[in-house]
Amino acid sequence: MTRKSASKRASKPGSNGRSRSAAPKARARPRRSTPDFYELRLYVAGQSSRSLAALVNLKRICEEHLQGRYRIEVIDLIARPQLARGDQILALPTVVRRLPEPIRKLVGDLSDIDRALVGLDLRPVPQAR
Amino acid sequence: MSARRARRTAPGPTVLKAPTGIQGLDEITGGGLPKGRPTLICGGPGCGKTILAMEFLINGAQRYKEPGVFMSFEESVDDLALNFASLGFDPRQLAERKKLWIEYVRVEPSEIQETGAYDLDGLFIRLAHAIDSIGAKRVVLDTIETLFSGLADTRTLRAELRRLFNWLRTKGVTAIITGERGNAGLTRHGLEEYISDCVILLDHRVVEQNATRRLRVMKYRGSPHGANESPFFIDDSGISVLPIASLGLQHPVSAGRVSSGVPGLDEMLSGRGYFRGSSVLVSGTAGAGKTSVGGYLVDAACRRGESALFFAFEESPAQITRNLRSIGLDLEPWLRKGLLEIHATRTTTSGLEGHLNTMHRSIEAMRPRIVIVDPISNLISVGTSVEVRAMLARLIDFMKVRKTTALFTSLTVDDRHPEETDIGISSFMDTWLMLGNFEINGERNRMISVLKSRGMPHSNQAREFVLTKRGLRLIDGVRDARGLALTGARRMAHSAANGAPIAGRGGS
Repeated sequence: MTRKSASKRASKPGSNGRSRSAAPKARARPRRSTPDFYELRLYVAGQSSRSLAALVNLKRICEEHLQGRYRIEVIDLIARPQLARGDQILALPTVVRRLPEPIRKLVGDLSDIDRALVGLDLRPVPQAR
Repeated sequence: MSARRARRTAPGPTVLKAPTGIQGLDEITGGGLPKGRPTLICGGPGCGKTILAMEFLINGAQRYKEPGVFMSFEESVDDLALNFASLGFDPRQLAERKKLWIEYVRVEPSEIQETGAYDLDGLFIRLAHAIDSIGAKRVVLDTIETLFSGLADTRTLRAELRRLFNWLRTKGVTAIITGERGNAGLTRHGLEEYISDCVILLDHRVVEQNATRRLRVMKYRGSPHGANESPFFIDDSGISVLPIASLGLQHPVSAGRVSSGVPGLDEMLSGRGYFRGSSVLVSGTAGAGKTSVGGYLVDAACRRGESALFFAFEESPAQITRNLRSIGLDLEPWLRKGLLEIHATRTTTSGLEGHLNTMHRSIEAMRPRIVIVDPISNLISVGTSVEVRAMLARLIDFMKVRKTTALFTSLTVDDRHPEETDIGISSFMDTWLMLGNFEINGERNRMISVLKSRGMPHSNQAREFVLTKRGLRLIDGVRDARGLALTGARRMAHSAANGAPIAGRGGS
């Protein structure tokens, strides 16, 4: 797994078809300037089960809460170790929320959805109402 | 049978060592840190962990062809660069030549949310990348315990640290792991559980307003090591550790004798003066003439064309030369020629170790044949007598190896039992001259005697001496009819009565 956008569909039932995140960069860019666009990076080490779990969980969260306003970039540090420095990565998997600011880091496989939502500043829907 | 048993008890393969290049530390550890293994260095804040680790890397890169990775969890690359620069090294230049890699790992708890299972592969990958990029043989992790403030899952963290240290071993890098001193254990988070190859403790304490640093090797698996606390200090050329009694008594000795410059005194020392490279103590009460005798020995050395180094703890250089001129000794020519250097400081300006360090460095730089410390007793004001004794032993050892004559003056406080005050230090001395200024019948007269002088027959007499404008002179013993030694006015009267020439007293 190298750097790639999560344009491949998360084949998860319940996700509403096309998301804007799946759009090519050219179309995603204007969106990024809007304050509620989420630019996320998922750092992993190879194709471990933990890496895959993190990716699946992240996509699910995004589809449920950020439909059409997110972009996921997956970075495999085994292939590109030099990229770990920039975002100060220690633990894996880590999701870095680059936008909106401030930068937040979610460490772990995102199996704890509530904590993941807090980390991303996305209150879960039931709590919001 | 017995042969087999002998083989079994024979020592196994000795631990390979990676020299630190830090003065004194390699001596204590018998050659350096365990090669290819992690060493834990712990101590309180400001104790010198980071500097020691840095010097280990710099020396590795520059002297032992072992590039190194400095992974900092506390200081940014810029801050570290400043620290390195304080040791006179430019880390960027070393980095460009691929001798050093600085990796700053920032742990910002407020940014981090834990959302499930994780490991520290990110850290491993960064470290591996750094090591592989420059072919590093040395690694510093300073201070990895910072992770505990950023990550809440201590169980995972502990398991990962254990994995990390094992991984470092398989990588074969010589590593320094620093740890902050904890209340219960050696380190706050018990790193010593994982690193048992070698543990070094640093300590920074204040004793009577003087900051002193100490280093102790707590543990060194598979290697004998000094277990004592050793003082160390940090200055602009880095760390130096002073092993206590570093040398043993293996130094070569000289059979050569040199003149003290005082004719009568040479006579008392079986006519040929003191041994070159020996240690000489001149002790006495206030005003007994200690510095004058010291000045004579220095002057005599310079006359022979030998260099001399004068450490003055009481008087300024100008004061010393002026006062010695008053008894006919002119040190100016030697100062101008560079044969003599006078280094004057107050003892209170730094701790004992600081003084010892300064002296070591000055002696290394000048390589004099004779060194005078005037007076050694002033150092007692900055250390306990045990410390002063230990320091003196190290200083004397240091000079003996260099075949440098060591001359110490010491102020004796107790007039009645003058020998006792110096008893602690006299055992290091080869020659001990005692000066006195005794009041008898309403006048004070100076006396000199040789309390001991190893390796030569010496006079057992207490001789009167005088300090005049033309110099220091020992007076021939004069006895009255009853065989009692006469001094001062009585001696002069006796001599005059017997028609002998009169030896004068000073203008006073």
